[in-house]
Amino acid sequence: MNWHSAQEFFQMGGYGFYVWGSYLMAAVCIAIEVVALRRRSRTLNVRSGLTAEPRSPHR
Amino acid sequence: MNIWSLSSPQTFYPLAGKLVPWFFALAIVLGAIGLYIGLLAAPTDFQQGDAYRIIFIHVPAAWMSMFIYIVMAFWCAVGLIFNTRLSFMMALALAPTGAMFTFVALWTGSLWGKPTWGTWWVWDARLTSELILLFLYIGFMSLHAAIDDMRRADRTAALLALVGAVNVPIIYFSVQWWNTLHQGSSVSLSRSPSMATTMLIGMLIMSLAAWMYAIAASLMRVRAIIDERDRTAMPLAD
Repeated sequence: MNWHSAQEFFQMGGYGFYVWGSYLMAAVCIAIEVVALRRRSRTLNVRSGLTAEPRSPHR
Repeated sequence: MNIWSLSSPQTFYPLAGKLVPWFFALAIVLGAIGLYIGLLAAPTDFQQGDAYRIIFIHVPAAWMSMFIYIVMAFWCAVGLIFNTRLSFMMALALAPTGAMFTFVALWTGSLWGKPTWGTWWVWDARLTSELILLFLYIGFMSLHAAIDDMRRADRTAALLALVGAVNVPIIYFSVQWWNTLHQGSSVSLSRSPSMATTMLIGMLIMSLAAWMYAIAASLMRVRAIIDERDRTAMPLAD
């Protein structure tokens, strides 16, 4: 283990902005792609009748 | 099972569906190990301090950005030569993930450049050619989306991808061919790596995680593409 305290870890030796800015953007990009992929697959399944459509109270 | 039958979207679809969760799981496990090594276990660099920890994102992303383009261009070539529909679908499925990795490589490079070089961006060979790679990915996707006739869209975009493939060796060798701010490769096949073992292992595990993620994401996307193109014509059983 390289760190002595949580604060030291988050500061990254004064480079916290650059290090966390990199890790955060990578995480955001991956999250966006995964959400978009799930949405794309689900829309298709609903449209083709493989997955039940959300039940409407009016029917 | 005849392996060539996998080139048919109908056969490939359920197989890809079975593989996707496994590759996602591998990506998560390897990513967790890689992040542990990179952020917690690896020592602080004596020259760059902790800014170097960007390497665990930057290098895997940059490698994937080039590698995915090569694979995409390969499928384009296969599609153009053998006229196989699935090849074009694979190429189309890889492009957004490749573009994502290219963007991450540029973004993290910029955040690394500021504290170490004193600038967010320079128009030197390595950085400029990587930016061109991002434009190639975007161009490939936009060109495909702009042509209504699917077969023409496939073939035209494939041609663009193949022409753009000359950019990849330019990116890779740019640090040798030109004077650039960007450092040379830290890892090469011909000599021992110029970095500490823990750092190297962390970087390689993160790269493997990026590989697994790219495979999972593109398989998931190729299934969606097969759906979009074929569902109207013939319903698929999963």
